[in-house]
Amino acid sequence: MAALEIHNVRKEFGSERVLKDVSISIDSGEFLILVGPSGCGKSTLMNAIAGLEPVTSGNIYIDGKDVTWRTPAERDIAMVFQSYALYPSMTVRHNISFGLEMRKVPKAEREAAVERVADLLQISHLLERKPAQLSGGKRQRVAMGRALAREPKVYLFDEPLSNLDAKLRVDMRTEIKKLHPRLGTTIVYVTHDQVEAMTLADCIAVMRDGHILQLGSPDEVYNNPVDMFVAGFMGSPSMNFIRATLEADGDGYALRIATPDEVDLLLPWPNGPPYGRAGGAARQAGDSRPAA
Amino acid sequence: MRCEGVGGYFWNSFAIVIPAVLISTAVGALNGYALTKWRFKGSELVFALMLFGCFIPFQVVLLPMAQTLGWLGLSSSRAGLILVHVVFGIAFTTLFFRNFYVGIPNELVSAAKLDGAGFFRIFWRILLPVSAPIIVVSVIWQFTQIWNDFLFGVAFSAHDTQPVTVALNNLVNTSTGVREYNADMAAAMIAALPTLVVYVLAGKYFVRGLTAGSVKG
Ligand SMILES: Nc1ncnc2c1ncn2[C@@H]1O[C@H](COP(=O)(O)OP(=O)(O)OP(=O)(O)O)[C@@H](O)[C@H]1O
Ligand SMILES: [Mg+2]
Repeated sequence: MAALEIHNVRKEFGSERVLKDVSISIDSGEFLILVGPSGCGKSTLMNAIAGLEPVTSGNIYIDGKDVTWRTPAERDIAMVFQSYALYPSMTVRHNISFGLEMRKVPKAEREAAVERVADLLQISHLLERKPAQLSGGKRQRVAMGRALAREPKVYLFDEPLSNLDAKLRVDMRTEIKKLHPRLGTTIVYVTHDQVEAMTLADCIAVMRDGHILQLGSPDEVYNNPVDMFVAGFMGSPSMNFIRATLEADGDGYALRIATPDEVDLLLPWPNGPPYGRAGGAARQAGDSRPAA
Repeated sequence: MRCEGVGGYFWNSFAIVIPAVLISTAVGALNGYALTKWRFKGSELVFALMLFGCFIPFQVVLLPMAQTLGWLGLSSSRAGLILVHVVFGIAFTTLFFRNFYVGIPNELVSAAKLDGAGFFRIFWRILLPVSAPIIVVSVIWQFTQIWNDFLFGVAFSAHDTQPVTVALNNLVNTSTGVREYNADMAAAMIAALPTLVVYVLAGKYFVRGLTAGSVKG
């Protein structure tokens, strides 16, 4: 059963259409990564899933139940905000335990949960501080901790590692990777980091201008991009594009790549008839075959 | 003029000012919170109408207000005068709190909603603890306005519920024979003292930047 299903969701702010018919369905326990250029609507989609912004049309299902008009609290979701959103008047300890307190978890269990996530995120020594006394990276870890202290149906992470130093980021990435099967919770995760996307995801959704361009496994999105945008967007360094002409060559086809001042390069088309891609061929950078 | 001086009226003023300041500040805080963090269709219009209240000259509403107080059975009572001050104060306190809460990131409220907190819980636990600077502003402003009010005091109070400003005027205008400038001056000083004290005491707690560190940057 799909743990999270987004069905033809649209979101408009006045006349600005930010989400245009977004449909996604992921299974329970899957790790979905949203990638896309800045301003394409990733955070807006997260807010729609969380119930913080009402959608203009469409439906959202969590665990098979239609939650489109449910309040955020009823959806049982924990979220890490792109801007952290730590409660300024509370200590780190209270920031982490607030959600549990609101859900009437007994004090002893709350304390245990705080200790557990503080250990995991290496913030045990910061528990009595206020957010204003922390560096950006530490605040980000507290924001992570606040979400991880709870055991919701779905986690939403909006660029949770963007402010960490390279080493800590790798450590945290490993922690999340190890944590995910243990928790078994469905995760939706926004990132601009290619490595994060390729290593963490069960499933990647590439967005542009409020559309989902491609939804598939990291392998699929990387090796079999649906269009030039996805092809160019995924991968670091990004893919090279070479203009070529497709022509008949004996029984099969060949690609003619114009090379000024030299004899044109003629590459045999791999197998089967070409479809959909005539006019431009793409190959991943770092491919072992020689570039023209 | 009775001979016990302005003392009784001084306490009258406190009995009017303190509840009026507290109620108008509390209502203004809730209004500002609802108008910024729980926007609804037409919330901008509601705010615009409240702003309008800041520009209405007091004299214009004296007669309708007297009528309303009569209907409510509050004429010449302390409660009636408090009500008048609260109604007028809300326009200003709402403006203060609304402008303050606009600057507090909405994500804080979003995070609290996801954590399962409701309308009042979010106000009480998340927003109120960072509102000290604007509470001080609101209290100083309201205290000064209501303490120094003469017009409503003279229009809507009976002899025994008069605030000190009205009593001061009576003292100065009704004494006969040689003017007792020393007594007049002393009464004026006494009448001015509480506002001064509020400025000196509350000014100390005028702390800024309490929300620093809650969001990125
Ligand atoms: N409350 C709002 N009112 C009007 N427009 C909005 C609002 N919130 C977001 N937008 C618009 O929606 C678009 C998508 O914003 P969103 O924050 O979802 O982008 P994003 O994909 O998360 O970008 P980034 O990677 O920079 O975080 C932007 O063009 C933004 O201007
Ligand atoms: Mg974003």
